[in-house]
Order: sequence, then C-alpha cells, then structure tokens
Amino acid sequence: MSFTLRFGPVFEAWRELAAGVWLTLQLSASAMLIGLLVAVVCAWAKVFGPRWSGWIVNVYVEVIRNTPFLVQIFFIFFGLPAAGIRLSPDVAALAALVVNVGAYATEIIRAGIQSIHTGQIEAGLALGLRPVQVFRLVIIKPALRAVYPALTSQFILLMLSSSVVSAISADDLTSVANNIQSRTFTSFEVYIVVTLIYLVLSLAFAGAFRAIDRRVFSYPVAR
Amino acid sequence: MLRPFGPNEVLFIVLAAQWTIALSAIAFLGGGLGGLAVALGRVSPRTWLRRLATGFIQVFQGTPLLMQLFLVFFGANAFGLGLNAWVAAAIALTLNASAFLGEIWRGSIQAVPSGQWEAGTSLGLHYGRLMRLVVLPQAFRIALPSTVGFLVQLIKGTSLAAIIGFTELTRAGQIINNATFKPFLVFGLVAALYFAMCWPLSLLAAWLERRMAAAHAR
Repeated sequence: MSFTLRFGPVFEAWRELAAGVWLTLQLSASAMLIGLLVAVVCAWAKVFGPRWSGWIVNVYVEVIRNTPFLVQIFFIFFGLPAAGIRLSPDVAALAALVVNVGAYATEIIRAGIQSIHTGQIEAGLALGLRPVQVFRLVIIKPALRAVYPALTSQFILLMLSSSVVSAISADDLTSVANNIQSRTFTSFEVYIVVTLIYLVLSLAFAGAFRAIDRRVFSYPVAR
Repeated sequence: MLRPFGPNEVLFIVLAAQWTIALSAIAFLGGGLGGLAVALGRVSPRTWLRRLATGFIQVFQGTPLLMQLFLVFFGANAFGLGLNAWVAAAIALTLNASAFLGEIWRGSIQAVPSGQWEAGTSLGLHYGRLMRLVVLPQAFRIALPSTVGFLVQLIKGTSLAAIIGFTELTRAGQIINNATFKPFLVFGLVAALYFAMCWPLSLLAAWLERRMAAAHAR
C-alpha cells in the first residue's frame, strides 16, 4: 500500500476554485431569497387561504419532502423539456433548489405564523387594516423571528445540497472540483480541499445569519 | 433506436428499489451503532471525548453528503483499497448517519431530567449501568419521533449513491431514461417509489411527535 498525495495541482487551480465558491454562493443565496418568498406565500395560503389552496400547498410540501432532491432535479432538467419547457442546467438547478427549499421553509414559516397570538391579528383588524396588511405589517416579522433558527439551518442545508446540481453539470463549486479532478487526476486531494471549503462556507453562512438576526430582530419582545 | 417504456423497464426500476432499501437499512444499522457512540461521546465526562464527538458531528453536518461520498469512494482508491461503489456508499452513509443520529440522541439523553441521573447515582449505579438502565431507555422514547424522521432523510440520501455509479433506484431511473427517453414517466415513477417508502415514515414520525406532545401536556 503506497500512495502520495499531490495537492500542488489543486492549489494551482485556486482561481477556478474561487470562481466555484462565487457560483455556489450566488446559486444558494438566490435560491434562499426566492425560496423564502415562495414559502411565505405558501404558508399564507395554508393558514389564511381558501381550503383548496391549502390542499395544493399540502400536496406540494409532502411530495417534495418525501422524494430525493436528485430525483427532483432530474425531473425538472430532463422532464420539463419533454413538456416543451427547455431550461439550461443553471436555470434548472436554481428552479430545483427553489422548489425544494420552498417546501421545507413553508412548513417552518407556517409554524411561525401559527405561533402568533390571535389577539394580535384581531387588534390589527380592529385598527382597520385589511387582512393582507395585517399579514404584512403585524404577522410576518414576528413569525419569521420565532422560527429564525430553524429557517436558517434549513438554508445552510440548502447550500450543502446545492452540490448535487453538479449531477446535471450546472456550474457550482462541485462542478469545478469535478473539472479539476478529471484534468489532474487528483480526485481525493481536490475533494478534500473542496469539502473543507464547504465547511468554511457553512460556518460563514451561520455567521452571516447571526449578524442578520442581530440587525433585523434586535427589538425586545414582551413575554 | 429508443426502447419503449414497457413492463420490463418498470420492473427494472421497481426491483432497483430493493437496493435503496438495502443501502438505507445498512446505513441505519451502522449509523445506529456509530450514532450511539457519538452521542455517548458528546455527553461523556471526559473532555477529549466530548471534543472529538463534537468535531465529528460538525464536520459531517457542515459538509455536503455528496462530498463525503466522493471522499470515501476516491479516497479508498487513492490509498489503493479500491472499494466498489456499493461499499463506498454504505460506508459514507453510515458515517453521515452516525453524525446526525449522534446529535439527535445527544439531545434526547440530555432531555432526561437530571433528577433521574442523580437518583441512579445515589442508588450506587456506576456510569455504564446508569446509562444502560436509567438514562438510555428514557432517552429512547424521547428520540423516537426524530429518529424516524431522520430515516426519511437517510432514504433520500441514498439516491446520491447513483452519482458514484451504484445502481439503486435513482441510477436505475437514469439508465432506463437514457434508453427510452421518457423522463416524465421514468422519473415520475422513481419519485413515486421514493414517496411510497418515505411518506408512511413521515406520517409515523408526525404521529409519534403528536403523541409525545400530548403525553407532555398531561
């Protein structure tokens, strides 16, 4: 059993790796933002919407949460063109990530909305606000605050699972790693370095989320 | 020339689900043993054991499962061991499950009221017997809903073994799709089979959780 690890070729490709980090950051940050919007709308539909919309959201959430992300991305990337919707790998990857994180975040935000005291909602209505205004001005911010830790750990999981988009050769950090390893034959070394980069990225996201928490949710709550 | 998507193709995919189940079962058993060790390490009175277990959990929860699979698969080759995709996937998923179950069970062990620990100690039980007879049986009940929930995550995680070339359910779908080019049908069927495995477990986990919440409310 003899082996030598060659990290030289990996570090020589640092520019490519840095570009890969940027791609993964862009991809996951966009998926987080759009996914958050999807989830807020779906959670609203589930709690306040008509019964049929709640049903549709339920089916969406259960289907996504009980099937693997890899199958979802294959379905979107290979399946939609058969229905006449042709997507580039990058767009398909973003769409799949949004659909995926939207379902998980819907359940989390629904729990947040339901933790808001009905007295708050009634007070808003009594002040003459329309239901949409009550949702936007009274409910959503404390609801997000209540579930912020669960929501942000879901977002970090999203960033980690975004590595799977390399399976349809969308551009991200893992695809960059695949390219480097097929060129230099240093697969183990490349993946060690990239794994460490992902670890740093998840710590960085956790730090960023804590900073956002301090800025956005710094007001005191009455208990 | 494209193959039609007929009964043989459906059967090929349905039968491949057994490899998904086998891989999940192995990773769950291995991860159960590893997770118990990690959880006990996390609550150990020895500082170095606690640090080791914490580091293990952080690394495996802070990196993509796909990278863990690649590292085991390509790492074994770099060290001249030459694991096939099946063994590599089983090892990587076992390590991953050990970290996640370890963290779930750490929480459950610490959720056992401290009075129980003190009562056990004052009865003269040493650490091993205290854990085995007093703490772990109670922690098991607390851990059950999240453990079943994790099983769903694990089954879905086995799909990544397809990327390193192990023919389980997802890879079988890819193979049939390449031959028939009926992506809607093929991946629809694959998704339906995963759903059939995962949804009952999700419902069970939710039911266990409701039952435990009701028991607490009393």
